[in-house]
Amino acid sequence: MTKEMICISCPIGCHIEVTRNQDEITVRGNKCSRGEIYGKEELLSPKRVVTATCPADSILMARIPVKTTRPIGKELINSLLEDLYKTRVQAPVQCGAVIMENYAGTGVDVVVTKSLSS
Amino acid sequence: MKEITKDVVVIGGGSAGMAAAGEVVGKGHSVVLLEREEILGGILNQCIHNGFGLHRFKEELTGPEYAERYARIIEESQVEYYTGTTVSEIDSREDGKTVFAFSSEHGMLRINCRAVVLAMGCRERNRGNIGTPGTRPAGVYTAGLAQRLVNMEGLMPGSKCVIVGSGDIGLIMARRMSWAGAEVKGVVEIQPYPAGLTRNIVQCLNDFDIPLHLSHVVSKIYGKDRVEGVDITPLKNGMEVTEETFHVECDTLLLSVGLVPENEIARNTGIKINPETNGPLVDSNLMTSVEGIFACGNVLHVHDLVDYVSEESQRCGEFVSTYLKAGDREQQYSMVSGSNLKYVIPNRFSSGRDNHFYMRSLIVRNHAELVFSLDGNEVKRKKIRHIQPSEMISFTLKKEELADFNLDEQSRLEVSLIG
Repeated sequence: MTKEMICISCPIGCHIEVTRNQDEITVRGNKCSRGEIYGKEELLSPKRVVTATCPADSILMARIPVKTTRPIGKELINSLLEDLYKTRVQAPVQCGAVIMENYAGTGVDVVVTKSLSS
Repeated sequence: MKEITKDVVVIGGGSAGMAAAGEVVGKGHSVVLLEREEILGGILNQCIHNGFGLHRFKEELTGPEYAERYARIIEESQVEYYTGTTVSEIDSREDGKTVFAFSSEHGMLRINCRAVVLAMGCRERNRGNIGTPGTRPAGVYTAGLAQRLVNMEGLMPGSKCVIVGSGDIGLIMARRMSWAGAEVKGVVEIQPYPAGLTRNIVQCLNDFDIPLHLSHVVSKIYGKDRVEGVDITPLKNGMEVTEETFHVECDTLLLSVGLVPENEIARNTGIKINPETNGPLVDSNLMTSVEGIFACGNVLHVHDLVDYVSEESQRCGEFVSTYLKAGDREQQYSMVSGSNLKYVIPNRFSSGRDNHFYMRSLIVRNHAELVFSLDGNEVKRKKIRHIQPSEMISFTLKKEELADFNLDEQSRLEVSLIG
Protein backbone atom coordinates (compact mmCIF):
# COMPACT_ATOMS: atom_id res chain seq x y z
CA MET A 1 0.00 0.00 0.00
CA THR A 2 1.41 3.39 -1.00
CA LYS A 3 0.03 6.70 0.17
CA GLU A 4 1.00 10.08 -1.20
CA MET A 5 1.25 12.79 1.43
CA ILE A 6 2.58 16.26 1.97
CA CYS A 7 4.90 16.56 4.91
CA ILE A 8 3.83 19.33 7.27
CA SER A 9 6.93 19.33 9.47
CA CYS A 10 8.15 22.59 7.97
CA PRO A 11 7.01 25.16 5.38
CA ILE A 12 8.87 23.43 2.52
CA GLY A 13 6.04 20.86 2.36
CA CYS A 14 7.81 17.91 0.70
CA HIS A 15 5.59 15.67 -1.39
CA ILE A 16 6.33 12.24 0.07
CA GLU A 17 5.37 8.67 -0.71
CA VAL A 18 4.77 6.37 2.22
CA THR A 19 4.74 2.66 1.43
CA ARG A 20 3.67 -0.06 3.85
CA ASN A 21 4.95 -3.53 3.21
CA GLN A 22 3.69 -5.70 6.06
CA ASP A 23 5.69 -4.46 9.06
CA GLU A 24 8.04 -2.27 7.08
CA ILE A 25 7.21 1.34 6.25
CA THR A 26 9.38 3.26 3.80
CA VAL A 27 9.21 6.97 3.10
CA ARG A 28 10.42 8.48 -0.14
CA GLY A 29 10.69 12.08 -1.39
CA ASN A 30 11.54 13.62 1.98
CA LYS A 31 14.39 16.13 2.12
CA CYS A 32 15.16 15.57 5.80
CA SER A 33 14.78 13.03 8.58
CA ARG A 34 11.68 14.72 9.98
CA GLY A 35 9.87 13.76 6.78
CA GLU A 36 10.48 10.09 7.51
CA ILE A 37 9.14 10.41 11.06
CA TYR A 38 6.12 12.36 9.82
CA GLY A 39 5.30 9.87 7.07
CA LYS A 40 5.39 6.89 9.41
CA GLU A 41 3.37 8.59 12.14
CA GLU A 42 0.81 9.98 9.72
CA LEU A 43 0.16 6.47 8.45
CA LEU A 44 -0.10 4.81 11.88
CA SER A 45 -1.46 7.49 14.23
CA PRO A 46 -1.62 11.09 13.04
CA LYS A 47 -0.56 13.73 15.56
CA ARG A 48 -0.69 17.51 15.61
CA VAL A 49 0.77 20.31 17.68
CA VAL A 50 -2.17 22.23 19.17
CA THR A 51 -2.00 25.97 19.71
CA ALA A 52 -4.82 27.82 21.44
CA THR A 53 -5.50 30.56 23.96
CA CYS A 54 -6.58 30.43 27.59
CA PRO A 55 -8.43 33.20 29.42
CA ALA A 56 -5.87 35.40 31.22
CA ASP A 57 -6.27 37.22 34.51
CA SER A 58 -4.51 40.37 33.43
CA ILE A 59 -5.43 43.90 32.46
CA LEU A 60 -2.98 43.73 29.55
CA MET A 61 -4.44 40.80 27.65
CA ALA A 62 -7.78 39.00 27.56
CA ARG A 63 -6.25 35.76 26.28
CA ILE A 64 -2.83 34.19 26.62
CA PRO A 65 -1.45 31.95 23.86
CA VAL A 66 -0.48 28.35 24.71
CA LYS A 67 0.80 25.28 22.83
CA THR A 68 1.45 21.60 23.31
CA THR A 69 5.16 20.85 23.68
CA ARG A 70 4.88 18.02 21.14
CA PRO A 71 2.26 16.80 18.69
CA ILE A 72 -0.62 14.91 20.31
CA GLY A 73 -3.00 12.34 18.83
CA LYS A 74 -5.68 13.94 16.66
CA GLU A 75 -8.42 12.12 18.62
CA LEU A 76 -7.42 14.01 21.80
CA ILE A 77 -7.51 17.51 20.31
CA ASN A 78 -11.16 18.37 20.97
CA SER A 79 -11.10 17.38 24.63
CA LEU A 80 -7.78 19.20 25.10
CA LEU A 81 -9.24 22.39 23.60
CA GLU A 82 -12.27 22.14 25.89
CA ASP A 83 -10.01 21.82 28.92
CA LEU A 84 -7.81 24.72 27.79
CA TYR A 85 -10.73 27.10 27.27
CA LYS A 86 -11.68 26.46 30.93
CA THR A 87 -8.16 27.03 32.31
CA ARG A 88 -7.55 30.55 33.64
CA VAL A 89 -3.92 31.67 33.62
CA GLN A 90 -2.77 34.11 36.29
CA ALA A 91 -0.27 36.88 35.54
CA PRO A 92 2.65 37.19 36.00
CA VAL A 93 3.70 34.20 33.95
CA GLN A 94 6.80 33.44 31.92
CA CYS A 95 6.87 32.15 28.35
CA GLY A 96 7.42 28.39 28.63
CA ALA A 97 5.61 27.95 31.98
CA VAL A 98 3.77 24.61 32.14
CA ILE A 99 0.03 24.98 32.72
CA MET A 100 -0.96 21.38 32.03
CA GLU A 101 1.34 18.46 32.66
CA ASN A 102 1.35 15.10 30.87
CA TYR A 103 -2.02 15.61 29.18
CA ALA A 104 -4.15 12.44 29.27
CA GLY A 105 -1.05 10.39 29.95
CA THR A 106 0.53 11.28 26.60
CA GLY A 107 3.67 12.76 28.12
CA VAL A 108 2.85 16.01 26.35
CA ASP A 109 2.68 19.25 28.34
CA VAL A 110 0.89 22.48 27.55
CA VAL A 111 3.01 25.63 27.96
CA VAL A 112 2.38 29.37 27.78
CA THR A 113 3.92 30.99 24.69
CA LYS A 114 4.00 34.59 25.86
CA SER A 115 5.32 36.23 29.01
CA LEU A 116 2.84 38.36 30.84
CA SER A 117 3.81 40.77 33.59
CA SER A 118 1.49 41.41 36.51
CA MET B 1 7.21 67.95 22.71
CA LYS B 2 10.19 65.66 23.03
CA GLU B 3 13.25 66.19 20.86
CA ILE B 4 15.69 63.33 20.30
CA THR B 5 18.85 63.03 18.22
CA LYS B 6 20.11 59.58 17.15
CA ASP B 7 21.98 58.02 14.26
CA VAL B 8 19.02 55.92 13.09
CA VAL B 9 15.24 55.82 13.45
CA VAL B 10 13.52 52.49 12.81
CA ILE B 11 9.79 52.79 12.11
CA GLY B 12 7.92 49.67 13.21
CA GLY B 13 8.61 47.26 16.08
CA GLY B 14 7.63 44.01 14.41
CA SER B 15 9.96 41.30 13.17
CA ALA B 16 11.56 43.57 10.55
CA GLY B 17 12.10 46.60 12.76
CA MET B 18 13.44 44.60 15.70
CA ALA B 19 15.94 42.69 13.53
CA ALA B 20 17.15 45.87 11.82
CA ALA B 21 17.39 47.87 15.06
CA GLY B 22 19.23 45.03 16.83
CA GLU B 23 21.78 44.83 14.03
CA VAL B 24 22.36 48.59 13.80
CA VAL B 25 22.83 49.00 17.56
CA GLY B 26 25.17 46.01 17.58
CA LYS B 27 27.39 47.84 15.09
CA GLY B 28 27.77 50.71 17.55
CA HIS B 29 25.21 53.24 16.32
CA SER B 30 22.48 54.89 18.36
CA VAL B 31 18.95 53.82 17.45
CA VAL B 32 15.38 54.82 18.21
CA LEU B 33 12.64 52.27 17.48
CA LEU B 34 9.04 53.48 17.16
CA GLU B 35 6.08 51.11 17.53
CA ARG B 36 2.40 51.99 17.15
CA GLU B 37 1.06 49.18 19.39
CA GLU B 38 1.60 48.95 23.14
CA ILE B 39 3.92 45.95 22.85
CA LEU B 40 6.75 44.99 20.51
CA GLY B 41 6.28 42.11 18.09
CA GLY B 42 3.83 43.42 15.51
CA ILE B 43 1.62 40.91 13.77
CA LEU B 44 3.52 37.97 15.33
CA ASN B 45 1.61 38.56 18.56
CA GLN B 46 -1.66 37.46 16.99
CA CYS B 47 -0.13 34.56 15.03
CA ILE B 48 -0.38 32.06 17.90
CA HIS B 49 0.05 29.03 15.63
CA ASN B 50 3.42 27.35 15.24
CA GLY B 51 5.74 27.09 12.26
CA PHE B 52 7.93 30.14 12.81
CA GLY B 53 11.68 30.15 13.26
CA LEU B 54 12.72 26.92 11.53
CA HIS B 55 15.36 28.76 9.49
CA ARG B 56 16.30 31.43 12.00
CA PHE B 57 16.34 29.48 15.27
CA LYS B 58 16.33 25.88 13.93
CA GLU B 59 13.26 25.11 15.99
CA GLU B 60 9.55 25.48 15.55
CA LEU B 61 8.09 28.40 17.48
CA THR B 62 4.74 30.14 17.69
CA GLY B 63 4.48 33.80 16.62
CA PRO B 64 4.50 35.23 20.16
CA GLU B 65 7.55 33.11 21.07
CA TYR B 66 9.42 34.29 17.98
CA ALA B 67 8.51 37.90 18.79
CA GLU B 68 9.58 37.53 22.39
CA ARG B 69 13.06 36.31 21.44
CA TYR B 70 13.64 39.47 19.42
CA ALA B 71 11.86 41.74 21.90
CA ARG B 72 14.23 40.52 24.62
CA ILE B 73 17.23 41.38 22.44
CA ILE B 74 15.83 44.89 21.96
CA GLU B 75 14.92 45.35 25.63
CA GLU B 76 18.39 44.31 26.76
CA SER B 77 20.17 46.41 24.14
CA GLN B 78 20.91 50.11 23.91
CA VAL B 79 17.98 50.60 21.51
CA GLU B 80 15.71 53.35 22.81
CA TYR B 81 12.19 52.22 21.96
CA TYR B 82 8.83 53.92 22.21
CA THR B 83 5.60 51.93 22.07
CA GLY B 84 2.15 53.44 21.56
CA THR B 85 3.87 55.84 19.17
CA THR B 86 2.69 56.61 15.64
CA VAL B 87 4.88 58.20 12.98
CA SER B 88 3.17 60.85 10.89
CA GLU B 89 5.86 62.28 8.67
CA ILE B 90 9.48 62.06 7.57
CA ASP B 91 11.24 65.25 6.61
CA SER B 92 14.23 64.38 4.44
CA ARG B 93 16.87 67.01 3.81
CA GLU B 94 20.40 66.79 2.46
CA ASP B 95 21.93 67.42 5.86
CA GLY B 96 19.79 64.88 7.70
CA LYS B 97 16.29 63.73 8.46
CA THR B 98 13.60 64.45 10.99
CA VAL B 99 10.93 61.93 11.90
CA PHE B 100 7.74 63.27 13.48
CA ALA B 101 5.71 60.98 15.71
CA PHE B 102 3.19 61.25 18.51
CA SER B 103 2.14 59.25 21.54
CA SER B 104 -0.19 59.80 24.47
CA GLU B 105 2.78 59.69 26.84
CA HIS B 106 5.07 62.22 25.16
CA GLY B 107 2.80 64.13 22.82
CA MET B 108 4.84 65.11 19.76
CA LEU B 109 8.21 63.46 19.24
CA ARG B 110 10.72 65.09 16.93
CA ILE B 111 13.64 62.84 16.13
CA ASN B 112 16.66 64.03 14.19
CA CYS B 113 18.73 61.33 12.55
CA ARG B 114 21.04 60.43 9.67
CA ALA B 115 19.20 57.34 8.44
CA VAL B 116 15.68 55.93 8.61
CA VAL B 117 14.60 52.30 8.29
CA LEU B 118 11.04 51.72 7.08
CA ALA B 119 9.70 48.55 8.72
CA MET B 120 5.97 49.17 8.93
CA GLY B 121 4.87 45.85 7.47
CA CYS B 122 1.78 45.48 5.34
CA ARG B 123 -1.98 45.72 5.51
CA GLU B 124 -4.77 43.48 4.28
CA ARG B 125 -6.69 43.95 1.08
CA ASN B 126 -10.40 44.20 1.83
CA ARG B 127 -13.83 43.88 0.24
CA GLY B 128 -13.44 47.16 -1.63
CA ASN B 129 -10.27 45.85 -3.28
CA ILE B 130 -11.98 42.76 -4.73
CA GLY B 131 -15.33 44.40 -5.45
CA THR B 132 -17.71 41.65 -4.33
CA PRO B 133 -21.33 42.51 -5.26
CA GLY B 134 -24.22 42.25 -2.80
CA THR B 135 -25.49 43.96 0.32
CA ARG B 136 -23.28 45.51 2.97
CA PRO B 137 -24.16 43.66 6.19
CA ALA B 138 -22.07 43.17 9.34
CA GLY B 139 -20.03 39.98 9.40
CA VAL B 140 -17.52 40.69 6.63
CA TYR B 141 -14.03 40.73 8.15
CA THR B 142 -10.51 40.58 6.86
CA ALA B 143 -8.93 37.33 8.08
CA GLY B 144 -6.19 39.13 10.00
CA LEU B 145 -8.71 41.24 11.90
CA ALA B 146 -10.66 38.09 12.77
CA GLN B 147 -7.39 36.52 13.92
CA ARG B 148 -6.75 39.43 16.25
CA LEU B 149 -10.28 39.26 17.64
CA VAL B 150 -10.11 35.52 18.34
CA ASN B 151 -6.50 35.21 19.51
CA MET B 152 -5.96 38.44 21.42
CA GLU B 153 -9.32 39.85 22.39
CA GLY B 154 -11.09 36.51 22.92
CA LEU B 155 -14.03 37.47 20.70
CA MET B 156 -15.69 35.24 18.09
CA PRO B 157 -16.49 36.96 14.77
CA GLY B 158 -19.24 34.44 13.96
CA SER B 159 -20.35 30.83 14.03
CA LYS B 160 -20.71 29.73 10.39
CA CYS B 161 -18.12 31.14 8.04
CA VAL B 162 -16.95 31.11 4.46
CA ILE B 163 -13.39 32.17 3.74
CA VAL B 164 -12.49 34.04 0.58
CA GLY B 165 -8.93 33.49 -0.61
CA SER B 166 -6.61 30.63 0.25
CA GLY B 167 -3.73 32.77 1.51
CA ASP B 168 -2.00 31.50 4.63
CA ILE B 169 -3.92 33.77 6.98
CA GLY B 170 -7.20 32.47 5.56
CA LEU B 171 -6.11 28.86 5.94
CA ILE B 172 -4.80 29.38 9.47
CA MET B 173 -8.09 31.08 10.33
CA ALA B 174 -10.06 28.13 8.93
CA ARG B 175 -8.37 25.91 11.52
CA ARG B 176 -8.61 28.52 14.28
CA MET B 177 -12.34 29.05 13.73
CA SER B 178 -12.89 25.26 13.68
CA TRP B 179 -10.92 24.81 16.89
CA ALA B 180 -12.80 27.73 18.47
CA GLY B 181 -16.11 25.99 17.78
CA ALA B 182 -17.26 27.63 14.54
CA GLU B 183 -18.23 25.78 11.39
CA VAL B 184 -16.14 26.61 8.32
CA LYS B 185 -18.24 25.94 5.24
CA GLY B 186 -15.52 26.33 2.66
CA VAL B 187 -12.61 28.28 1.24
CA VAL B 188 -13.12 30.01 -2.11
CA GLU B 189 -10.03 30.70 -4.26
CA ILE B 190 -10.16 32.56 -7.58
CA GLN B 191 -6.92 31.00 -8.88
CA PRO B 192 -6.69 27.37 -10.03
CA TYR B 193 -4.04 26.75 -7.34
CA PRO B 194 -3.96 27.52 -3.60
CA ALA B 195 -2.33 30.79 -2.54
CA GLY B 196 -1.03 29.49 0.79
CA LEU B 197 1.66 27.03 1.80
CA THR B 198 0.90 23.40 1.02
CA ARG B 199 1.36 22.33 4.63
CA ASN B 200 -1.45 24.70 5.59
CA ILE B 201 -3.83 23.11 3.07
CA VAL B 202 -3.09 19.77 4.73
CA GLN B 203 -3.29 20.73 8.38
CA CYS B 204 -5.87 23.53 8.22
CA LEU B 205 -8.34 22.29 5.59
CA ASN B 206 -7.91 18.57 4.96
CA ASP B 207 -7.75 17.78 8.69
CA PHE B 208 -11.20 19.35 9.12
CA ASP B 209 -12.73 18.22 5.80
CA ILE B 210 -13.17 21.84 4.76
CA PRO B 211 -13.80 22.05 1.00
CA LEU B 212 -11.42 24.19 -1.07
CA HIS B 213 -13.15 25.62 -4.15
CA LEU B 214 -10.36 26.46 -6.62
CA SER B 215 -11.23 28.64 -9.65
CA HIS B 216 -14.34 29.91 -7.83
CA VAL B 217 -15.47 33.35 -6.66
CA VAL B 218 -17.96 34.64 -4.13
CA SER B 219 -20.31 36.31 -6.58
CA LYS B 220 -22.84 37.80 -4.16
CA ILE B 221 -23.22 38.55 -0.47
CA TYR B 222 -26.72 38.29 1.09
CA GLY B 223 -28.11 39.71 4.34
CA LYS B 224 -29.50 43.01 5.63
CA ASP B 225 -28.04 43.58 9.09
CA ARG B 226 -25.87 40.47 9.25
CA VAL B 227 -24.42 38.20 6.55
CA GLU B 228 -26.99 35.46 5.79
CA GLY B 229 -25.25 33.67 2.96
CA VAL B 230 -23.14 33.91 -0.17
CA ASP B 231 -23.34 32.75 -3.77
CA ILE B 232 -20.30 30.90 -5.06
CA THR B 233 -19.67 30.70 -8.80
CA PRO B 234 -17.09 28.60 -10.68
CA LEU B 235 -14.82 30.20 -13.28
CA LYS B 236 -13.99 28.76 -16.69
CA ASN B 237 -11.39 30.57 -18.80
CA GLY B 238 -11.74 33.54 -16.50
CA MET B 239 -15.51 33.81 -17.00
CA GLU B 240 -18.14 33.15 -14.34
CA VAL B 241 -20.26 30.09 -15.17
CA THR B 242 -23.41 31.59 -13.64
CA GLU B 243 -25.62 28.55 -14.21
CA GLU B 244 -23.37 26.53 -11.88
CA THR B 245 -23.67 29.06 -9.04
CA PHE B 246 -24.50 27.55 -5.65
CA HIS B 247 -25.61 29.13 -2.39
CA VAL B 248 -24.01 28.66 1.03
CA GLU B 249 -25.63 29.83 4.25
CA CYS B 250 -23.25 31.56 6.63
CA ASP B 251 -23.12 34.47 9.07
CA THR B 252 -19.51 35.45 8.53
CA LEU B 253 -17.24 36.04 5.57
CA LEU B 254 -13.48 36.19 6.15
CA LEU B 255 -11.36 37.77 3.45
CA SER B 256 -7.81 36.58 2.93
CA VAL B 257 -7.21 38.22 -0.41
CA GLY B 258 -3.67 39.45 -0.23
CA LEU B 259 -1.50 41.96 1.55
CA VAL B 260 -0.20 45.33 0.44
CA PRO B 261 2.92 47.06 1.83
CA GLU B 262 2.01 49.92 4.14
CA ASN B 263 3.53 52.79 2.22
CA GLU B 264 1.63 56.02 2.88
CA ILE B 265 4.61 57.53 4.70
CA ALA B 266 7.02 56.39 1.99
CA ARG B 267 4.86 57.94 -0.74
CA ASN B 268 4.53 61.21 1.15
CA THR B 269 8.30 61.32 1.52
CA GLY B 270 8.67 61.09 -2.26
CA ILE B 271 10.04 57.54 -2.31
CA LYS B 272 9.60 55.75 -5.65
CA ILE B 273 7.32 52.71 -5.46
CA ASN B 274 7.79 49.45 -7.39
CA PRO B 275 4.46 48.70 -9.12
CA GLU B 276 5.07 44.93 -8.94
CA THR B 277 5.49 44.80 -5.16
CA ASN B 278 3.78 48.04 -4.07
CA GLY B 279 6.85 48.55 -1.89
CA PRO B 280 9.71 50.99 -2.46
CA LEU B 281 12.23 50.43 -5.24
CA VAL B 282 15.53 49.63 -3.53
CA ASP B 283 19.18 49.41 -4.52
CA SER B 284 21.52 46.58 -3.59
CA ASN B 285 21.80 48.03 -0.07
CA LEU B 286 18.01 48.09 0.40
CA MET B 287 18.14 51.89 0.21
CA THR B 288 15.10 53.54 -1.34
CA SER B 289 15.20 56.28 -3.97
CA VAL B 290 15.63 58.81 -1.15
CA GLU B 291 19.18 58.69 0.17
CA GLY B 292 19.47 57.49 3.76
CA ILE B 293 16.03 55.90 3.87
CA PHE B 294 16.06 52.10 3.84
CA ALA B 295 13.25 49.53 3.75
CA CYS B 296 12.97 45.93 4.91
CA GLY B 297 10.38 43.29 5.72
CA ASN B 298 6.80 43.37 4.49
CA VAL B 299 6.86 47.09 3.78
CA LEU B 300 9.34 46.27 1.01
CA HIS B 301 7.60 43.18 -0.37
CA VAL B 302 5.26 40.68 1.25
CA HIS B 303 7.19 37.68 2.59
CA ASP B 304 5.68 34.29 3.34
CA LEU B 305 8.10 33.37 6.13
CA VAL B 306 9.04 35.58 9.05
CA ASP B 307 12.47 33.97 9.00
CA TYR B 308 13.11 35.68 5.66
CA VAL B 309 11.89 38.97 7.10
CA SER B 310 14.39 38.73 9.96
CA GLU B 311 17.20 37.71 7.62
CA GLU B 312 16.50 40.53 5.17
CA SER B 313 16.11 43.09 7.95
CA GLN B 314 19.32 42.08 9.66
CA ARG B 315 21.07 42.53 6.33
CA CYS B 316 19.36 45.90 6.01
CA GLY B 317 20.80 46.83 9.42
CA GLU B 318 24.29 45.97 8.16
CA PHE B 319 23.78 48.14 5.08
CA VAL B 320 22.62 51.04 7.25
CA SER B 321 25.76 50.71 9.35
CA THR B 322 27.98 50.65 6.25
CA TYR B 323 26.15 53.70 4.93
CA LEU B 324 26.74 55.62 8.18
CA LYS B 325 30.45 54.74 8.22
CA ALA B 326 31.45 55.09 4.57
CA GLY B 327 31.38 58.33 2.65
CA ASP B 328 31.36 57.16 -0.96
CA ARG B 329 28.99 54.60 -2.37
CA GLU B 330 29.93 51.43 -4.22
CA GLN B 331 29.19 50.99 -7.92
CA GLN B 332 25.81 49.37 -8.55
CA TYR B 333 24.20 47.84 -11.61
CA SER B 334 20.69 47.16 -12.81
CA MET B 335 18.86 44.01 -11.67
CA VAL B 336 15.67 42.94 -13.43
CA SER B 337 13.25 40.01 -13.36
CA GLY B 338 12.78 38.08 -16.61
CA SER B 339 10.35 35.42 -17.72
CA ASN B 340 8.03 33.71 -15.22
CA LEU B 341 8.99 35.95 -12.30
CA LYS B 342 6.69 38.56 -10.83
CA TYR B 343 9.53 40.47 -9.23
CA VAL B 344 13.06 40.37 -7.87
CA ILE B 345 14.27 42.31 -4.82
CA PRO B 346 16.55 44.30 -4.68
CA ASN B 347 16.44 46.19 -7.97
CA ARG B 348 20.22 46.80 -8.15
CA PHE B 349 23.27 44.63 -7.46
CA SER B 350 26.90 45.18 -6.49
CA SER B 351 29.85 43.38 -8.07
CA GLY B 352 32.30 43.30 -5.18
CA ARG B 353 30.29 41.11 -2.80
CA ASP B 354 27.64 38.41 -2.48
CA ASN B 355 24.17 39.55 -3.54
CA HIS B 356 21.07 38.13 -1.96
CA PHE B 357 17.85 38.08 -3.97
CA TYR B 358 14.24 37.31 -3.17
CA MET B 359 11.94 36.42 -6.06
CA ARG B 360 8.36 35.46 -6.58
CA SER B 361 7.33 33.04 -9.31
CA LEU B 362 4.39 33.56 -11.64
CA ILE B 363 4.04 29.83 -12.39
CA VAL B 364 3.49 26.48 -10.66
CA ARG B 365 6.03 23.84 -11.75
CA ASN B 366 7.93 20.83 -10.56
CA HIS B 367 11.60 20.87 -11.59
CA ALA B 368 12.25 24.40 -12.77
CA GLU B 369 15.53 26.22 -13.24
CA LEU B 370 16.56 29.62 -12.00
CA VAL B 371 18.83 31.31 -14.56
CA PHE B 372 20.92 34.45 -14.04
CA SER B 373 22.28 36.13 -17.14
CA LEU B 374 24.39 39.25 -17.44
CA ASP B 375 23.86 41.20 -20.66
CA GLY B 376 22.78 37.96 -22.35
CA ASN B 377 25.57 35.74 -20.97
CA GLU B 378 24.59 33.03 -18.54
CA VAL B 379 26.14 33.52 -15.12
CA LYS B 380 24.46 30.93 -12.96
CA ARG B 381 21.86 28.22 -13.25
CA LYS B 382 20.16 26.42 -10.37
CA LYS B 383 17.63 23.62 -10.34
CA ILE B 384 14.58 24.09 -8.12
CA ARG B 385 12.40 21.12 -7.29
CA HIS B 386 9.11 22.90 -6.89
CA ILE B 387 7.96 26.47 -7.45
CA GLN B 388 4.65 28.20 -6.95
CA PRO B 389 3.65 31.87 -6.61
CA SER B 390 2.93 31.55 -2.90
CA GLU B 391 6.43 30.35 -2.05
CA MET B 392 9.12 32.97 -2.24
CA ILE B 393 12.45 31.99 -3.78
CA SER B 394 15.54 33.07 -1.86
CA PHE B 395 18.96 32.93 -3.55
CA THR B 396 22.49 34.21 -2.95
CA LEU B 397 24.67 34.94 -5.97
CA LYS B 398 28.25 34.58 -4.78
CA LYS B 399 30.86 37.24 -5.41
CA GLU B 400 33.06 34.71 -7.32
CA GLU B 401 30.24 33.90 -9.72
CA LEU B 402 30.37 37.41 -11.14
CA ALA B 403 34.17 37.69 -11.04
CA ASP B 404 34.79 36.61 -14.65
CA PHE B 405 32.42 39.14 -16.18
CA ASN B 406 33.14 42.68 -17.28
CA LEU B 407 30.70 45.22 -15.97
CA ASP B 408 29.98 48.69 -17.24
CA GLU B 409 27.35 51.26 -16.34
CA GLN B 410 24.84 49.76 -18.75
CA SER B 411 25.23 46.21 -17.39
CA ARG B 412 22.03 44.45 -16.56
CA LEU B 413 21.60 41.22 -14.65
CA GLU B 414 18.42 39.35 -15.46
CA VAL B 415 16.97 36.46 -13.50
CA SER B 416 14.37 34.15 -15.07
CA LEU B 417 12.61 30.93 -14.32
CA ILE B 418 12.59 28.20 -16.93
CA GLY B 419 9.86 25.66 -16.34
